[in-house]
Amino acid sequence: MSEQIIIHANELTKTFGDFVAVDHISFNVGKGEIFGFLGANGAGKTTAIKMLSGLLKPSSGTADVLGFDVYTQSEDIKKNIGYMSQRFSLYEDLTLLENMKFYGGIYGMSRAEIKVKSEEILGLLHIDSEKNQLVKSLPLGWKQKLAFSISIFHDPPLVFLDEPTGGVDPITRREFWELIIEAAHSGKTIFVTTHYMDEAEYCNQVSIMVDGKIEAIGSPVELRSQFQTDSMENVFLNLARKSSRIDG
Amino acid sequence: MQAIEANQISKSYFNKKQEIVALEKIDISVGKGELFGLIGPDGAGKTSLIRILNTLILADSGTASVDGFDVVKDFEEIRKRVGYMPGRFSLYQDLTVEENLEFFASVFNTSISENYELIKDIYQQIEPFKDRRAGKLSGGMKQKLALSCALIHRPSVLFLDEPTTGVDAVSRKEFWEMLKRLQLQGISILVSTPYMDEAALCDRVALIQHGSIMKVNTPMHIVNEFEGVLWSVRSNHMYHLMQELKSWDAVRSCFAFGENCHVLFKESTTTDVECRAFLAQRNHQDIQINRIQPEIEDCFMQLMKTA
Repeated sequence: MSEQIIIHANELTKTFGDFVAVDHISFNVGKGEIFGFLGANGAGKTTAIKMLSGLLKPSSGTADVLGFDVYTQSEDIKKNIGYMSQRFSLYEDLTLLENMKFYGGIYGMSRAEIKVKSEEILGLLHIDSEKNQLVKSLPLGWKQKLAFSISIFHDPPLVFLDEPTGGVDPITRREFWELIIEAAHSGKTIFVTTHYMDEAEYCNQVSIMVDGKIEAIGSPVELRSQFQTDSMENVFLNLARKSSRIDG
Repeated sequence: MQAIEANQISKSYFNKKQEIVALEKIDISVGKGELFGLIGPDGAGKTSLIRILNTLILADSGTASVDGFDVVKDFEEIRKRVGYMPGRFSLYQDLTVEENLEFFASVFNTSISENYELIKDIYQQIEPFKDRRAGKLSGGMKQKLALSCALIHRPSVLFLDEPTTGVDAVSRKEFWEMLKRLQLQGISILVSTPYMDEAALCDRVALIQHGSIMKVNTPMHIVNEFEGVLWSVRSNHMYHLMQELKSWDAVRSCFAFGENCHVLFKESTTTDVECRAFLAQRNHQDIQINRIQPEIEDCFMQLMKTA
């Protein structure tokens, strides 16, 4: 891992009326790092991700993403990141190839580039024979792996993954994480949220949000020793139980 | 008499004349007062099985009973005595918290006060918001309201279809604590979940994949029946560790578990000393190799590979 900073957030804050959704959060994410962004439902994760991906203007504080300022250069951020959510990533009524052409086109890739990249992904995931099938006919596990591959189709240096592994079988879940580890190894920075606490153990750095604040941040080893426990689950329970937000 | 009995239950769906097998000859038996887990990923057949047992759909073949009543012949009797919390939030979004609860109570010819003791624990947590519309509740509160509604007629058997999916670790833990307390009240519970770690909280579990049950037993027995010796291996470089262990011909299977790889060797005689030498040769440092107890997830993956 190099010293290069990909995300630098300082006292980043978002308020909606009286409600402080994200409360002065500060952290750095380095190049090639897998950064786990944990928190209970309603802790403020989604709001923070929206600010970091250029979709929502902060109320105060600063943040640079890939060297771009979140206030003034949000369009540059959007062009240079990948994003995958659990709910919506692929068009079910388009074929695998059509989905890839569509996403490549949105990011301004040439036909030749799209062709090369599509073949690479179909080969990597061993799904070449399915390329003209509608996405909805694919098993869930394949869809998730394909959705991840398409989120990094335009070769972004940073990708946001929002609960990417919900409901998949354990072997597929591991294959998915192997894709993530491989992408990080090749220099991509991964920013991931998950409800599986065991998945936090794959991350180089983990932050835990409670009521809009980052209450703990560090490597899984550091956090486990700081809270004197043997699992990230216990670290999380320890912190998140202090929440006073009624969103349970 | 068992709370739930299923014998050779099969169910297929048709999509443009193509048959999709949802369940294939499923046998399960859930005892009175048992907390039984149906553990498997999306698409395994969990929802189909639950819907057959609570009489919402018909099996293609096989027989099943709930509380001794046949799911086809006695469906009306079964509906009176089971509680059901579907995977998708299915209460009335335009009714308030209290109105939803009153509605479900009246459908079952009872009242909130009659069975308040049973739901008190759960309902008290959302009672401050009883005048809020259900559609405006947070995920955790919706879950508590749905459970209250499923319990308001004091069912003898409770079906819960993925109650903890998408819910954070704290709410999940609280939810399982609620289930344990309901169990103490004598309610038999069949709960499905894709989270393998929740298996340990059940009395017995069925591991289900592609419409077939791979194994039924107590969580402890399932772990004890893991075949072979499982090792946890780590080094200073996870990516290379994974790649190299997978390409080593002594290795039967290797799966990433956080910072560790869980490794099963082809020969049970392969030692940690050999593994350490293999990795040291490939420039790994800070190598740690420990024999470990398998988790349910290790067992599930082993069964998937042999299925």
